[in-house]
Amino acid sequence: MNDLLFARSQMAMSLAFHIVFAALGIGMPLLMAIAEGLYLRTRHPEYLDLSKRWARGTAILFAVGAVSGTVLSFELGLLWPGFMEKAGAIIGMPFSLEGFAFFTEAIFIGLYLYGWNRLSPFLHWLVGLVVCASGILSGIFVVMANAWMNSPVGFKLVDGEMTDIDPIAAMLNPGGLHEVVHMTLAAFVATGFAVAAVHAFFLLRNPTNRFHQRALGIALTVACISIPLQIVSGHQSARAVARLQPAKLAAMEAHYRTQTGAPLRIGGIPNDTMRTIDYALSIPSGLSVLLTGNSNATVVGLEEFPRHDWPNVRIVHWAFDLMVGSGMAMLALAVWSVWLWYKRRRMADHPRLLRALVAAGPLGFVAIETGWVVTEVGRQPWVIYGVMRTEEAVTPMPWIVVPFVTFTVLYVFLAVIVFFLLRRLFLDTPGSVAEPPPERTHV
Amino acid sequence: MFELSIAISIGMFLILYALTGGADFGAGMWDLLAVGPRAPRQRKAIAEAIGPIWEANHVWLILVVVLLFTGFPMGFSVMMIALHIPLTVMLIGIVLRGSAYIFRKYDSRSEATQRHWSTVFGIACLVTPFSQGLILGALTTGQIRFVEGRVVTGFFAGWLTLFSLACGIFALGLFAFLAATYLTLDTQDQPDLQNDFRLRALWSGVTLAPIAGLVFLIAKQGAPEMYQGLTHGWDLPLLAWTGGLSIAALAALWRRWFSIARAAAIGQVTLILVGWCLAQYPYLVTPDVTVNNAHAPEITLRLLVLTLSVGAVVLLPSLAYLFHMFKGEESR
Repeated sequence: MNDLLFARSQMAMSLAFHIVFAALGIGMPLLMAIAEGLYLRTRHPEYLDLSKRWARGTAILFAVGAVSGTVLSFELGLLWPGFMEKAGAIIGMPFSLEGFAFFTEAIFIGLYLYGWNRLSPFLHWLVGLVVCASGILSGIFVVMANAWMNSPVGFKLVDGEMTDIDPIAAMLNPGGLHEVVHMTLAAFVATGFAVAAVHAFFLLRNPTNRFHQRALGIALTVACISIPLQIVSGHQSARAVARLQPAKLAAMEAHYRTQTGAPLRIGGIPNDTMRTIDYALSIPSGLSVLLTGNSNATVVGLEEFPRHDWPNVRIVHWAFDLMVGSGMAMLALAVWSVWLWYKRRRMADHPRLLRALVAAGPLGFVAIETGWVVTEVGRQPWVIYGVMRTEEAVTPMPWIVVPFVTFTVLYVFLAVIVFFLLRRLFLDTPGSVAEPPPERTHV
Repeated sequence: MFELSIAISIGMFLILYALTGGADFGAGMWDLLAVGPRAPRQRKAIAEAIGPIWEANHVWLILVVVLLFTGFPMGFSVMMIALHIPLTVMLIGIVLRGSAYIFRKYDSRSEATQRHWSTVFGIACLVTPFSQGLILGALTTGQIRFVEGRVVTGFFAGWLTLFSLACGIFALGLFAFLAATYLTLDTQDQPDLQNDFRLRALWSGVTLAPIAGLVFLIAKQGAPEMYQGLTHGWDLPLLAWTGGLSIAALAALWRRWFSIARAAAIGQVTLILVGWCLAQYPYLVTPDVTVNNAHAPEITLRLLVLTLSVGAVVLLPSLAYLFHMFKGEESR
């Protein structure tokens, strides 16, 4: 392996690690604010207990997300100084806005975690909402910056140099909206299903535990609302990618030859030399219909692009199918859950659903990770699509294998610790409590 | 003009980072060095003092980085190439500092696990500010050269010098002193602890003086531009003020006027860094990269100034509220 590959691996590993905490950092505050809001309305003590436990989980996740995010902001320069030197002035705007949003989140999470006894219940809940909103905002700004790398605008390209820059236009680039919506919903989907899985696991052992029933109710509601929206947003994203980055779309669909009435190919083994795909499930005209609504539409294939401008088709295609597959599985599960709720008004005593929910716990994160593989690997060999190649951006620093291995070991270690801490957080959850009269335990 | 405002903001954020995040590192050092029968209570007081504010305190560094790569992309790129190694060490320290702290808080299996996390936290609190001092020092040595668009001095220039080393040690001493001074106010309801931290503040404050002198002397050879700056113009009265404030801080600690001591210590640290920035100006990386030759196009700088003003409107009241809630007089 050469240094470029190690630099890419280090960046990929750092992002793959951080995105889990970033997504939970967006999703968890919503769950904890909902639980606290329900406590304020109903005064059921389980809701208060729940929001406190979720808040503790959020604190751990936020701390690890904050430090891994700090690492990333430096790695942009440590690994890709060529990129930052050219792009810093153009996409610094969303990053500086993100800095402020993140700062707000850090301030209010301090107020939330340590303010249970110092703020009035209602004010404390409002503080939780600010944590939630600023978390969403930071995510939005970062994704806007990423979207610019996919659909760069806001400059003139003169002899390979970007001049006449317009940071506002760059920030509001055409790839921004669909990426932002897709990622924000992804955070809610992934958090919702992951948290639902945790509480479904405990309900399998003890189906009458009110604490876990209520927790499952909140998490599953968030998950079931966001997953259908996410499927729609994914469809919109694919159409936008077809328009903005046709080479990426062609790689996602392993679509080598330009074709009218292009089929949709699911799975299979893409073969770059033969420009075919083997063993795929093929739906005639499926791709044309999905992208344009017209079964005779022409879809541009990879053959239109020089061979050295292709991304790695196998990785992108498989990652894409895995993402869509996870999304569809979660959608099916959501439909089943809603149906059961509609029919029986309870689901905690339905072991088959609970088991399915436990199994589906990681799916949201599988979809997030593979989705980012599609976005990032699909953009290669470019770091700024069509403008700058990744190899032009990499640091001249040799021996990148050393920091790569160091950070990998460090992050694996952190992941293990976080897993055990979160596990312990719920192992000592209260047993089944009979509904006591409302009491003020808040202050 | 706009590049100057951004450079000043970067300097201000660095100072705020030192005053808040730096003091957190110092608190971590005292956690590591806690000895004697009151050690567990000292650790507890430290954890309670920094708990609510430490996440926010460390975001100043993020703002510094963001302003640097947006406002001075070329300067940022040079720093990231030439100082890759100490920056990576600093990042490892930051990761361990942040995670060990929260793990200690929530990993309460046994006394032993808590102590393990405490040790990791403390060591990270030594490594991080030391490398930060090293990095800041390296920027001023004049040994990192950027010629015809390339860093030509490799990956070891500047930061492996006596001067950078002295800066690293100075940063450790400064943050330890600052933290101990703050902690005297955080432990007002526990006089024995308060006296512990008072003695620590006095010791570290006294030790700081010879280290500062050493940094100054080494600068003559090790960072001539910096030395030149420190001994001319505005920096001379600043040096006198800094000296005066450090004596005031020590005297106030001695007389147990803790609020005055804190104010004087804050003034002292601020003036040290203001003096540093003035002596460094106009260089970002001495001698090839300056505020004037490395800045972004004017439109970016204008927008950045606008963002900073709008951001300040959101940020300052929130921060003030946070500190009022947990550090204000009535919070005790």
